[in-house]
Amino acid sequence: MTVETRTMNCITCPMGCEMTVTIENGVVTNVVGNTCPRGKKYAEVEVTAPKRMLTSTVKITGGVLPLLPVVSQGPLPKESILDCAKELRKITAEAPIVAGQVICGNILGLGVNIIASRDLPKAK
Amino acid sequence: MLELGFREIDVGGYDSMDFIREMDVVVIGGGVTGTAILRELSKYVLNCVLVEKEPDLALGTTKANSAIIHSGFDAPYGSNKALTNVRGNRLYHELQDQLGLDIKWLGSLVVAVNDEEMDTLHDLLARGIKNGVKNLEILDREATLAKEPNLKKDIKGSLWAPTAGVCWPFGVALSFARCAVQNGAEVLTNCAVKKILLEGDSVIGVETSLGNIKAKYVINAAGLAADTVARTAGDNSFAIHPRKGEYILFDKTASAALVNGIVFPTPTKTSKGILICTTVHGNTFIGPNAHDQEDKIDKATTIMGMNEIIASSQKLIDKIPLGKAITEFSGLRAVSDTGDFIIRQGTVKGLIHAAGIQSPGLSAAPAIAEEVVELLRDVETNLVLKGNFKAIVPKRKVFTDLKKQEQSKLCSENKLYGRIICRCETVSEGEIVDAIHETCGARTLDGVKRRTRAGMGRCQGGFCGPKVTQILARELNIPITEVLKEGVASAMFYEKETAGEDA
Amino acid sequence: MKELEYDIVVVGGGPAGLSAAYSAYKNGGKNILIIERDLELGGILQQCIHNGFGLHHFKEELTGPGYAQRCIELIADKPEIITMVDTMVLEITTEKNIIAVSPEQGLMNIKGKAIILAMGCRERTRGAIRIPGDRPAGVFTAGAAQRMVNMVGYLPGHKVVILGSGDIGLIMARRMSLEGCKVQAVLEICPFSNGLTRNIVQCLQDYDIPLYLSHTITKIHGKDRLTGITVSKVNDKMQPIAGTEFEIECDTLLLSVGLIPENELSLGMHLEMHPLTSGPVVNQRRTTSLPGVYAAGNVVHVHDLVDFVSEEAEIAGKFAALEVQGKLSMDLRQVEVKPGDGIRTCVPQKLSLSADGEAVKLFMRVLAPERSVKLEVLSGSEIIMKKVLPVAKPSEMIALELSAEKTKLIGSELIVRLSRGVV
Repeated sequence: MTVETRTMNCITCPMGCEMTVTIENGVVTNVVGNTCPRGKKYAEVEVTAPKRMLTSTVKITGGVLPLLPVVSQGPLPKESILDCAKELRKITAEAPIVAGQVICGNILGLGVNIIASRDLPKAK
Repeated sequence: MLELGFREIDVGGYDSMDFIREMDVVVIGGGVTGTAILRELSKYVLNCVLVEKEPDLALGTTKANSAIIHSGFDAPYGSNKALTNVRGNRLYHELQDQLGLDIKWLGSLVVAVNDEEMDTLHDLLARGIKNGVKNLEILDREATLAKEPNLKKDIKGSLWAPTAGVCWPFGVALSFARCAVQNGAEVLTNCAVKKILLEGDSVIGVETSLGNIKAKYVINAAGLAADTVARTAGDNSFAIHPRKGEYILFDKTASAALVNGIVFPTPTKTSKGILICTTVHGNTFIGPNAHDQEDKIDKATTIMGMNEIIASSQKLIDKIPLGKAITEFSGLRAVSDTGDFIIRQGTVKGLIHAAGIQSPGLSAAPAIAEEVVELLRDVETNLVLKGNFKAIVPKRKVFTDLKKQEQSKLCSENKLYGRIICRCETVSEGEIVDAIHETCGARTLDGVKRRTRAGMGRCQGGFCGPKVTQILARELNIPITEVLKEGVASAMFYEKETAGEDA
Repeated sequence: MKELEYDIVVVGGGPAGLSAAYSAYKNGGKNILIIERDLELGGILQQCIHNGFGLHHFKEELTGPGYAQRCIELIADKPEIITMVDTMVLEITTEKNIIAVSPEQGLMNIKGKAIILAMGCRERTRGAIRIPGDRPAGVFTAGAAQRMVNMVGYLPGHKVVILGSGDIGLIMARRMSLEGCKVQAVLEICPFSNGLTRNIVQCLQDYDIPLYLSHTITKIHGKDRLTGITVSKVNDKMQPIAGTEFEIECDTLLLSVGLIPENELSLGMHLEMHPLTSGPVVNQRRTTSLPGVYAAGNVVHVHDLVDFVSEEAEIAGKFAALEVQGKLSMDLRQVEVKPGDGIRTCVPQKLSLSADGEAVKLFMRVLAPERSVKLEVLSGSEIIMKKVLPVAKPSEMIALELSAEKTKLIGSELIVRLSRGVV
């Protein structure tokens, strides 16, 4: 049986609680230092299949701005983030766009949509 | 219709004896010396062109100096420096209005901190009187502190020179150039001289990066490169080496804790000393130090240099508000091995030098130009004054200097004056567009900065830089990725696709 | 010159200005004008495309533009609130005349019964920290680069070094990596990082970007364009240690070396300024030293959470509206709020209290990272409030609320300090 303790900072909210995580045979058995239950959940996920939110921009034509900020609707596997960002560079949206509108559905087949972060109206 | 003083020539391949221009005179170097000479020449019926290797005028010593029009007591009596300084000072007083120059006649103080230095002040006073400088006066401690209350209380006294002033050197060079261009002269930028062309022992023109230019006369005002240029004609009569001077410039709000005008320490053998001076636009600076070097390109500021400047200033003022520094820069003086300005005929016919123009070069520039024309007159009998010389250079509209009524009127004439791009210096989009399209207009971010002051404030272009870049791209009809900061390889931004896509 | 009059004029249409205007409206304010220099409202949030905003204020995690949109939506349909974009305020006189200019309106003289300053802050520059060397293209402040990348659509370069481990620097480290650039290093002159811990994880650790603590740049190299930098370790006085220099090749240097409140207009009005925050001195209502002039958000002191900006701005908006309606008692006693041991700054710097007292929230920053300390609030020598802080960092603003009851106990001076030892 391999027992490991890892220190990590939760990133769920800006508090960034420093946690000490005990891992036995690849499974999280104890978490101390978190201020809320989300910290424990974060530790479990981070150890097994770390995920991250993605925020970036895509080009947009006909809008008041040349770029549209976008955000992943949920977290993506950490190791796919750079590939997702690269994928977004291929996309050009068209104004008008409404906040929450899907810009890239099921990005790279990972089951997560990339949506618009804001309304972006047509240029006058 | 764009009014371009700068001509950009599309050069295909060229035969070595093909000429892109046939002129009477070529002036090499677009600093304050070269542009002053070009203006003086443009008074005569002559075809003149100024060639400048950089993308803009005055990117050498003229861009980075103390910006002082000296009264003229400093240089040895009878020297070129002394004669041209005193005459130049007088000429600036006369030319200020017609050329729209930013000059404030603040007067200068040379401060003595001990008795020995007070003696030196008396020497300077005597020399100044001999040089023809008016109204020089020795002031006691009280009178000195009355003018500059932040000076240390234990100073002994000062030499007061009321005819000294501060100017905007880049603006001076630009006004000289624009005056010349409106009188028919031409300015070519991105045009580096490779060599002076000779036939026997006479000049027939110059070979440049844009092609050959035929000319009977070549004026060498090439600053740091003047000796290199001369040598291409076999003229080895002088050498130029660079002497670096570093500066620290403060926010305008720091001036109240520093100086109102121009404050020198008592001078040393190599330099006028590290001064404290408030510029014509209201920023105070400290500097320059003086260190000789070999490299004509190295303009890096140094930790040692900045510490030296700070320590030296603290001899005159206790508290230097370092927290209010907004930028540091350095300039290279073109120091000649003769100890004086080199204003004379070259060793080949048709070549005239205006070289080794270190301090007081800025002050002397219009007088140096007159000297050069006299030298030309010695060898060219056919110098005819134009009847219709346009002496007045239209003054640029500066939004923040206008009264509210005038600002309102300007905005109603052109909406772009109503959009402020540079918050720190209150520069409008209209002024930036003007600066791009005027004769000898800006082509680069720093070119806009120097003409309008956009980017010279406390945020140093952090807010306006991206906006000015977009305006340049729009007005010059080039992609944002081609907008330069200053030099030919100084593109600032890149397309997003270019990053790591080949991986 | 156009002459205009409003009850409340808000200078700045970012989160502070928007929140202040909405709060003024909710408290009965009418005839409210928001002046914004950019082409649209939202302020700096429009370029902060990352998330982490709004957890406190909107109970939801939002991106910067998302938070901005929420704030904009709250005021967009209110006829009591007018907005003027693409308009720059040039000057505010001590008589509360606002001189502003826009391409559409030209020059304007706008009178306000109450003014709320919400201009935000600007970035510290290379010149302010005197980095020696050449002056090539390729050196940007992180925020200016962020604007180009996120709103105009261009990269500042490809091989990047970031000076300063504050949040902007860390966020840009990730942003540049996401855009396919190589971030060589983040350098920090302090022995501790200044950014939120979550950003160290998701911006540096995730991308294997080395963080060099106690390091600084001692020379910038490059003629026309940046080619590299010289880096040195620093001692405990933050001076470079000779012999520790090494080179890092890069074509882009992003400076994230501090934010300073935009204080031109405040200085122009001769407001009493605080030397450490560089913003105007304010009381708990966010009134400055000039009656009728309020200030909130980054213009008062630099925040790290926009949620606190909105909270602070709501205070200013509320009291500005109440003042204009004549509903504020002006019979107030003044209390000085002073930072004590371990505390660097505390806002508000003054309290103006009526006999009934008033709930007050204090916002403070510690001088250095601390663990297991107690935050104490003293009136004279009497401790009137305590809070245990398991962790405290200079980069993370701490908020502490004093009830109205507690404020009745306060004498003429309030001290906020840390107490170490047994907790």
